[in-house]
Amino acid sequence: MEIIERIRRQDVRAIARLMSLVENNAPEATAALKELYPITGQAFIVGITGPPGSGKSTLTDQLTKEFRRDGKTVGIIAVDPTSPFTGGAILADRIRMQQHSLDAGVFIRSMATRGHLGGLARATGDVVNVLDAAGKELILVETVGVGQDEVEVVKTADTCVVVSVPGLGDDVQAIKAGILEIADIFVVNKADREGADKTVTELQAMMGLGPGRSDWSPPILKTVATQGQGIAELVQGILAHRAHLDRRGLRQMRQRERSRALFLELLQEQGTRRLLERASANGTLEHTIERIAKREMDPYSAVEELLAKAGL
Amino acid sequence: MSEERKIRVLVAKPGLDGHDRGAKVIARAFRDAGFEVIYTGLRQTPEMIVSAAIQEDVDAIGLSCLSGAHMYLFPRIVELLRERGADDVVVFGGGTIPDEDIATLKEAGIAEIFTPGTSTSVAIDYVRTHVRQRA
Repeated sequence: MEIIERIRRQDVRAIARLMSLVENNAPEATAALKELYPITGQAFIVGITGPPGSGKSTLTDQLTKEFRRDGKTVGIIAVDPTSPFTGGAILADRIRMQQHSLDAGVFIRSMATRGHLGGLARATGDVVNVLDAAGKELILVETVGVGQDEVEVVKTADTCVVVSVPGLGDDVQAIKAGILEIADIFVVNKADREGADKTVTELQAMMGLGPGRSDWSPPILKTVATQGQGIAELVQGILAHRAHLDRRGLRQMRQRERSRALFLELLQEQGTRRLLERASANGTLEHTIERIAKREMDPYSAVEELLAKAGL
Repeated sequence: MSEERKIRVLVAKPGLDGHDRGAKVIARAFRDAGFEVIYTGLRQTPEMIVSAAIQEDVDAIGLSCLSGAHMYLFPRIVELLRERGADDVVVFGGGTIPDEDIATLKEAGIAEIFTPGTSTSVAIDYVRTHVRQRA
């Protein structure tokens, strides 16, 4: 397959085109993803999440600069929300990443959520795989601005960086519950603002309350991304977490969890779709629903019957 | 598998002028028309714009220029797209562009020029009807 060769040769156009096919759910995308899958799993994937305006794009930009200085190739996926009313989106994360736009070692792709919940787009995992297959050593995944339980990035990333800023209100409101639990590293960005130390203290206090997940205790780092302050420490934090994952064999474990999630998701999606196609043939689905509504049939038997017909 | 095709447009400001109100208005109008708009901000070189357009695999590039340098910048972008094998991307422009320049720009491969006062719906319809039909 020609496109596979071009992607392995890091042909920018081929990579970009395949990403579009994947996003558009085109049939030829699946064929290509099948071919590429065996060579994926090489990249280290860092998720960057946090509330809107916390500086995720600027941090991503600064991290890229730091890793490029180290000679690592970098892929960036920046997700922004799709308007639920018009289906359109303004993807503006690149504004903060302009210094890398001419660097052949950096590939930046903006994605719209297209109605997917959880902080990422439906196809983000597949787009990560395309960058991985194209040989990017580090992949940074920047989520949409999230609130409290949009934690899907944890299913994609090896290391999750959760960004907060001073002054979001009582007790780090904006990052309580779910999002607090996925952090491998906390960043308090805009740390030159008043209240930064208070935010750090609150994060420490909240972490003290939670159950310890492992012997990794997420560091809380202060940054001023616009000035590059604290970025070297953040890179050190990421590398330390990576070393921790490797030491404890946790990276394989996370990859296994990711594989499980991916497989089950595909199975669910395609299994349901095929069963529905079968059930919809000759209007039988509507007929069945009509009968259920009229109480001529119960929904439990209807499902059992459909599955039995499919040999399940 | 069902295909969910979206029109992707890069809205870019080449050159040194610092006024992006027009670019932002058109970006919002495109979003409201259901397009995915990649906005890259001010002071872009033609090289930066073309690189972003290729990575983002856009169907069209909308250029806004108020500095008077459009006669250099717009054709240069088309030329770079050609060099990189991406001349199926539709390039159109807007801003303070004198009528007498339009024919020359079109000859250079700029598909359309929208002068001040053009309704955003005209640009939306233009993009809808002119972007490449592809798989």
